[in-house]
Amino acid sequence: MDPIRVIVQNCVGCNLCVKSCAYDAITLSGPVGAREGKPTAVIDLVKCTLCGACVEACKRYKAIVITRSTFKGQDITKYSGICVLAEHRRGKLASVVPEIIGAARELQKDLSAPVSAILVGNGVRKYTDELLSYGVDEVWMIDHPDVGDFDEDVQAELVAQILMEKKPEIFLGGGTVVGRSLLPRVAAKILTGLTADCTELSIDQSTMLLRQTRPAFGGNIMATILTQNHRPQMATVRHKVMKPAEKVAAPQGKVVEITHIPVPKSKLEFIEFVEEKTATVNLVEADVIVSGGRGIKDPKNFALIEKLALATGGAVGASRAAVDAGWIPYSHQVGQTGKTVKPKVYIACGISGAIQHLVGMQDSELIIAINRDREAPIFEVATFGIVGDLFKIVPAITEQIRKQKARRGTPRVC
Amino acid sequence: MKIFVCIKQVPDTTNVRINPETNTLVREGVQSIINPFDVYAIEEGVRLKEKHGGTVTVITMGPPQAAEALREAIGLGADNAYLVSDRAFAGADTLATAFALACAIRHLGGADIILMGRQAIDGDTGQVGPGVAENLDISHVTDIRKIEEIVDGRIVVERLLEEGYARIAARLPVVLTVVKEINTPRMPSLKGKLAAKKAEIPVLKASDIGADVERLGLNGSPTQVMKIFTPPKPGGGRKFTGEPADTVSALLSELTAAGITIKGAH
Repeated sequence: MDPIRVIVQNCVGCNLCVKSCAYDAITLSGPVGAREGKPTAVIDLVKCTLCGACVEACKRYKAIVITRSTFKGQDITKYSGICVLAEHRRGKLASVVPEIIGAARELQKDLSAPVSAILVGNGVRKYTDELLSYGVDEVWMIDHPDVGDFDEDVQAELVAQILMEKKPEIFLGGGTVVGRSLLPRVAAKILTGLTADCTELSIDQSTMLLRQTRPAFGGNIMATILTQNHRPQMATVRHKVMKPAEKVAAPQGKVVEITHIPVPKSKLEFIEFVEEKTATVNLVEADVIVSGGRGIKDPKNFALIEKLALATGGAVGASRAAVDAGWIPYSHQVGQTGKTVKPKVYIACGISGAIQHLVGMQDSELIIAINRDREAPIFEVATFGIVGDLFKIVPAITEQIRKQKARRGTPRVC
Repeated sequence: MKIFVCIKQVPDTTNVRINPETNTLVREGVQSIINPFDVYAIEEGVRLKEKHGGTVTVITMGPPQAAEALREAIGLGADNAYLVSDRAFAGADTLATAFALACAIRHLGGADIILMGRQAIDGDTGQVGPGVAENLDISHVTDIRKIEEIVDGRIVVERLLEEGYARIAARLPVVLTVVKEINTPRMPSLKGKLAAKKAEIPVLKASDIGADVERLGLNGSPTQVMKIFTPPKPGGGRKFTGEPADTVSALLSELTAAGITIKGAH
């Protein structure tokens, strides 16, 4: 039997499924179905990817069904609790960690299950107090000199071993470079589902499954994903989206040190870390970001953007158009294929606002857009917009802010 | 050196638009392209071959029309290409995709280096690279911005991270996912275009690659899409027009009124 079928007697030939298909796999070319004179939907199985968009579009008539026979899952009744990865490097917990603990504690309200954190590395005991202060019930720790910060192969193996032993039903990691490298490896070891870069997590009240919602198709659509028959249900969580866990007054959690799992030798060798020293590059942590796009016209005009960034103590961002033109390095790119940012203030200069850019910055607390085209989509997400010539406006803003600073004396951030 | 590049044919999402009236995806005129990040992986593969010798093999898992993407890759300098295509693969999530690609690479005799883009622009997961590495039981390093050297089976790479980059060495074989900074892809040469036209592209079916069908396609995929919807459209705020000096002071007084002062740390 084909995994996707059209139930002819339900199909009214309304065309909604045809429109919903991103792969051009459906035509109205079948026999007449539920409505007189209307041909029914036919699915080209060669083009179809079984994404399920048409099933959703046809919710009203239920004329398209996808059937699956899942491969052997584990005994999922043995799994309970919510676990997060306590990512760290170079002496610090990653700033995404309080956020995923916050997300886990929100889910805890529906599941009434404990929240735990997996902490593996060398000399990581020093992070346990901080983890417990966020309200974590248990920290599962492997503190071993052979687990280097960058030994992802060893870390993935240890995390997988801990998960198989402790059996949490949900495991969350940060949508960071490391999280999005480590968790896929862990999921492939224990053969469970993993959803990338979620922006929303909730518990389905009828099935108690984890609803994992994320953008796809460059942010044009959102998809909600379930892992029904496999455990843990794994997801990486986009940085700066979830509310960080609040610290608890008197932490009650405990540290469980795991010593019986053997630590393998890493095949990777860490040589050095080179920090990007320029103050204008760390976009993810910046409070103010000034970004330039195609409207900047010439690489040397990025100086205007840099001046405003310096005046505001901010970082310099860029649209894909500016990066692809070679005007500024890729590490500055904001958007779907670059970085996702959520500063207090985002100033977009000469950026039209393609959806791929918007998904990377639209959660900023305040957005200021400067563009010549009054119809530019960037204005739809902007709190404040200026329609006009950025070559006049950006220097004018820089000048005003400098003056304000001079008047006020001691500067502070935002 | 045996270099493999895994690519994906994707709809050009930069041209996907939402119809504001029906709130549905407009896909008329949306072309299928090689996932942009994979073009950098192909280029890096060709450069490695030019430096170290060997062959560049491109593979993709997808429907029959994905052969077009493979032809384009040959035009860009790859030596040969295989299409991993079978109804049994349809509906695969990243776990089932990584499994199928790993089976195909093993069937083709294995690789020294497997390159791919950091993520595909339709799914945006970036999960297949690490998954392939795990299935082949070899190392992987993601977000590579530079391959510094390969000496005696030891490869040194620069990996882009949030606050800088790390220099990491790995033993071959290895899976590397690349970012755009790694190179500037060349245009297809005339010779490449001719080779692309003439190239035979063998199709590998599930039975060819010796894969357990239970772990392929929809059946081998633990995740399932429950719902797809268009995100709510943001509203938009105040817009100022007029003389630059006026618009700037209007903006700054709005900010002050809202209690926001943008002031630098230095």
